[in-house]
Amino acid sequence: MIEINNVSLRLGGTQILEDVSLTMPKGGVTALVGPNGAGKSSLLSLIARLQPLQTGSISVDGLPVDTTPSRRLAKTLAILRQDPAVASRLKVRELVGFGRFPHQRGRIDANDLLLIEAALQQFGLMDLADRFLDNLSGGQRQRAMVAMAFCQGTDYMLLDEPLNNLDMLFARQLMRDLRAAADNDRRTVIVVLHDINHAAVYADRIVAMKSGRVVADGPPAEVLRPDVLAQVFGYDMDVIDVGGAPLVLHHR
Amino acid sequence: MAVLPNARLLVGAGLFGLFAISLCIGVDDLPMGSVFTDAGALQLLLVSRLPRTVAVVLTGAGLAIAGLVLQILVRNRFVEPITTGTGQSAALGVLAVTLLFPTASIAMKTLGASLTALAGTSVFLTIAHRLPPTQPFLIPLFGLVYGGVIGAAVTFIAWQADLLQYVDIWTNGEFSGVLRGRYELLWILAAMVALAWWVADRLTIASMGREVSLGLGLNYQRIVQLGLVMVAVISSLAVVVVGMIPFVGLVVPNLVSRLMGDNLKSALPWVAMTGAVLLLACDIIGRLIRYPYEIPVGTVLGVVGSGLFLWILFGRTQRA
Repeated sequence: MIEINNVSLRLGGTQILEDVSLTMPKGGVTALVGPNGAGKSSLLSLIARLQPLQTGSISVDGLPVDTTPSRRLAKTLAILRQDPAVASRLKVRELVGFGRFPHQRGRIDANDLLLIEAALQQFGLMDLADRFLDNLSGGQRQRAMVAMAFCQGTDYMLLDEPLNNLDMLFARQLMRDLRAAADNDRRTVIVVLHDINHAAVYADRIVAMKSGRVVADGPPAEVLRPDVLAQVFGYDMDVIDVGGAPLVLHHR
Repeated sequence: MAVLPNARLLVGAGLFGLFAISLCIGVDDLPMGSVFTDAGALQLLLVSRLPRTVAVVLTGAGLAIAGLVLQILVRNRFVEPITTGTGQSAALGVLAVTLLFPTASIAMKTLGASLTALAGTSVFLTIAHRLPPTQPFLIPLFGLVYGGVIGAAVTFIAWQADLLQYVDIWTNGEFSGVLRGRYELLWILAAMVALAWWVADRLTIASMGREVSLGLGLNYQRIVQLGLVMVAVISSLAVVVVGMIPFVGLVVPNLVSRLMGDNLKSALPWVAMTGAVLLLACDIIGRLIRYPYEIPVGTVLGVVGSGLFLWILFGRTQRA
């Protein structure tokens, strides 16, 4: 369980987050949605201790993120930031293998090798495993980064806009992979999404943010309503029902 | 990549071959067959030829590793310690020690140089991290200016104190003065290379940036501090014992990265060996070109290194 209590964040005179309190139970896929600058990425990086906490408290499985040793946390949560811009010339298999670092500190054993192959398989990277990252397309690189986070083998996976750079086919594939990670591997996936219709289909729960506050929180059918969406995104949009899931016509 | 085994073979054989050649070259005739019978020949080998060759190998390996580590810390492939302030800060340190304690040993001078080099490199790193990442060439340019300013301060102080000819020794790297008893501190370079290899996985993760490092539970701050110490110590040893040698730290890590990638657990030994081969080759060229006189190895590297650097630059654009 991730518990966020009264978290505020102020950077360079701008209020990024304002008194956010949120509880995310273990398991399932949670989507964070909201307009640019809503504070989604900041919240994610605070949970993942990439930024120091200013006020309030955050704990993951009872471990306070500001005082727990980073190494310990790396076995509980994995984070993939938006545009990690890894410039190192690594092969895909090597990159994914570094996901095992928190467990082994560099000494890869037979079990790790199995997990690395499993992650490559899971994200359809077997054909690319021996290619260098800088010879891949943006989408392929992105999948390799997600596979590395998956390979870290943590209960919690935090992903910041992982669908960036992905075409429709791979975006859908990645969302299915994340769903499978939650269903089959009992991972807790928390993902920042801009494509709200992916959230509608693949998330168990949607947290909508605006101007540093949580404005709606619940299953897709509750959050993806015209009145809530207008409040979050600032314009009116229609929502229709397709096979039991809401479809937001946000582009019209 | 099919080129790989060949490149490794070439580097390995090159190091071996050049090491042997280096032992054979000198003003005095030294037929290798005679070292077991002729005490004078053995003396020459042990006092001059071997120390010089070992010093070149250690320095080349060390400088290449220092360049690699600095490139990781700065997250820019176009920097190297000797031209971006570390070398000049080290020279400032030796100068200060020489002025304050004229009788200081070479070890004391190295210690002083390491401390100023550490401070100078830390300042460079702090400023480099504040420059906009969208303009990667700003960092090496800033480094050149920064190194130039510190270098100018060194020259000014040395001129005031009438120590200019010493500064010349520290700034122009060459190995003709290396004799037994005057190079042994360079073995610390071997220890630094070993240390870098020991933390190779951590360095590779650090090269992926602060956030990826933190996410994997790596103490990023600590690896940066360790890297800074490695860069400062290697550069200072090089400056104090043989003088500044440019380009090795710049060209070699780029070359190895092109051929083998950046997974340092496997690539780092090749960075060290390629550094040794490049410097040894340039030292031999410098000794042969106007035999029996010598051209400083730094000058030879200026020509060879800039050629290699251009090749790396243009190779890059072709691939992209």
